[in-house]
Amino acid sequence: MKVEAKLLLGLGLFFGLMCLVYWNWSLENAGGVMMFAGMLLGFLPGGYFYWWSRRMKARPEDDPYATQAGGAGVVGSFPGTSIWPFTLGMGAFFIVLALVFGIWFMVPGLVLVGWAALGGTAEGRRGGKV
Amino acid sequence: MTDVLHPPVAVPSHDDHAHDEHHGPTGILKWITTTDHKIIGLSYTVTSVLMLVIGGLFAEIIRFQLATPNGNLVSLAQYNELFTMHGSVMIYLFAGPFAFGGLANIIVPIQIGAPDMAFPRLNALSYWLYLTGAITMLTGFFTAGGAANFGWVGYAPLSNSINTPGAGADLWIGGLLLTGFSAIFTGVNLTATIFYLRAPGMTMFRMPIFTWNMLVTGLMILLAFPVLTAGLVMLYCDRHFATHIYSVAGGGVPVLWQHIFWFWGHPEVYILALPFFGMATEIIPVFSKKPVFGYKGMVFATLSIAALSLGVWAHHMFTTGVVLLPFFSIMSLLIAVPTGIKIFNWIGTMWRGQLWFSTAMLMAIGFVVTFLIGGLTGIYLASPPLDFFTHDTYFVVAHFHSVVMALVLGGMAGLYYWGPKITGYLLDERLGKVQFWFLFIGTQVFTFPQYLLGLRGMPRRVAVYPHDPQWKMLNQWSTIGAILIGISTLIFVVNVAVSWKKHPAGDNPWDAHTLEWFTTSPPPHHNFYRLPQIRSERPTWDYNHPEHRSLGHGKGAHGTAEEVEAQ
Repeated sequence: MKVEAKLLLGLGLFFGLMCLVYWNWSLENAGGVMMFAGMLLGFLPGGYFYWWSRRMKARPEDDPYATQAGGAGVVGSFPGTSIWPFTLGMGAFFIVLALVFGIWFMVPGLVLVGWAALGGTAEGRRGGKV
Repeated sequence: MTDVLHPPVAVPSHDDHAHDEHHGPTGILKWITTTDHKIIGLSYTVTSVLMLVIGGLFAEIIRFQLATPNGNLVSLAQYNELFTMHGSVMIYLFAGPFAFGGLANIIVPIQIGAPDMAFPRLNALSYWLYLTGAITMLTGFFTAGGAANFGWVGYAPLSNSINTPGAGADLWIGGLLLTGFSAIFTGVNLTATIFYLRAPGMTMFRMPIFTWNMLVTGLMILLAFPVLTAGLVMLYCDRHFATHIYSVAGGGVPVLWQHIFWFWGHPEVYILALPFFGMATEIIPVFSKKPVFGYKGMVFATLSIAALSLGVWAHHMFTTGVVLLPFFSIMSLLIAVPTGIKIFNWIGTMWRGQLWFSTAMLMAIGFVVTFLIGGLTGIYLASPPLDFFTHDTYFVVAHFHSVVMALVLGGMAGLYYWGPKITGYLLDERLGKVQFWFLFIGTQVFTFPQYLLGLRGMPRRVAVYPHDPQWKMLNQWSTIGAILIGISTLIFVVNVAVSWKKHPAGDNPWDAHTLEWFTTSPPPHHNFYRLPQIRSERPTWDYNHPEHRSLGHGKGAHGTAEEVEAQ
């Protein structure tokens, strides 16, 4: 956890410094704002990792002496096959086509996206096929 | 949903694993419903290689058009569509998705000992958005006005609804929105996987360099792609909802589009390049029979390239006259330092190694050489006085084609190296070497005349040019190079067909170092039956060669005190 935190905080710090130098030197707003946002993208998750790294003991993947047996246990919960990503993707496809060819494409698009949202959530709770 | 357990060290017989009782759908339903990172990654790889072929065909048409000064193979309007879609297909639909959606998707979870990506269903969604985005963008050719024709950068006054009306441009924007979200989701997935799903003992500084590069690529995607997506939404509003964000008429700023586009576009260059740096860094040590030279130097070089690349976007805009030249020039020149470190480390890895010139190794060396040429000419372009002279000439075209053709060489190296792991079968080495020489020589014959053309003042994006014997000869050499590259792609397709399920690879055909070579080829569902003890960045090597274990770095590199004593 500590290395991850240092990595992100370091990136945030670098972008923060760059933002200060660039914005003060060029007085150009678009780049300044984008670098400021880049700094936040380093600091927000970096701060989260840092906060946790001080409050939890090293995970097996952070422990250089960890053994595979010592790390045995549940890694996580993984879905099996699922139709909902495809449904959601096709919904997004139709919505984009609506931007080009006609607003009526929104109807199948939104139906598919809504259906995928409901179906995916239900699958996440109930557990799908593996 | 099932709970996946870390595999134990002891070797269980293969049948007592729950994962093996995996009876999912088959055929097209399997492709549509899968959440397995290996199948999604393979779909990505196949789709993006198809895009390489499509983009390559556009390139061949462009080169044939330019083989004579007054070429009439295509009309001027068609030529505009062709070079726009050539660039768009290659950058948005081939190079990025091939690297971070294709090979990284398959290899990264296996390299860190994870059973899958962190968010498998999001991963599947990424692929569907990529595929539909590609279809959307290419649909432009079948609309009345033709495909987008304002260059792959879509500069603002040209891309508004007056200068480029029609559905092709909107389809280009829509396709980029879809593939943009696809890239963002893949970036989230890679970052979360690498931060949270590493095997026990796989500390950050024991990750293979490819995984490190993909982590940094993932972070850069998260920084860069949302900017492009936002910019595209604003462009769409300008075209259809009468906003004036990029038009002077309503008080907007056209250069804002360039700022936004290149704030994505320059990190994108490194989003494209870093995965291929990582591939070369995996391949060169294996075929030199040495650990990588300067592991930490490589990691910090990658991090500094990523950090610096966020501060160089306006070196594409020197000639606009409204950017801070010294700042962007200094930052661009600084990137040469970490890139140079990488080149020296690759040479240092090969230095006094036992070199095995397999196809993958040849392609990787070809990558290093070609990238060096592209990188060095990039240093010239970072200097504003030189850039004023060469901006929008064929010199720039040659510079970035050296870079991206290096990425093609690197990608081919990755396919020859990891292909056996993904499919279980080796590709034919003899055809591979023939392909390498066609590709490598073709690349140099293709780009070198373009450098000279640029210095002689030939502008880019022109379909016809004056009758100048020198220009004509240089253009014809470049066309010959393009033909050689085209032949090399055909040889690759033939190679895949000829060696289809012919030479079984075994688990570790290259005596390689990293975890993906510890499991079977192709890996089982959820990747591992067992894992070795991880004490360095070369766990598979340590397991296979206990007498020559890696001299790792940092705490615990050689195991616990008891383990060291027991040896």
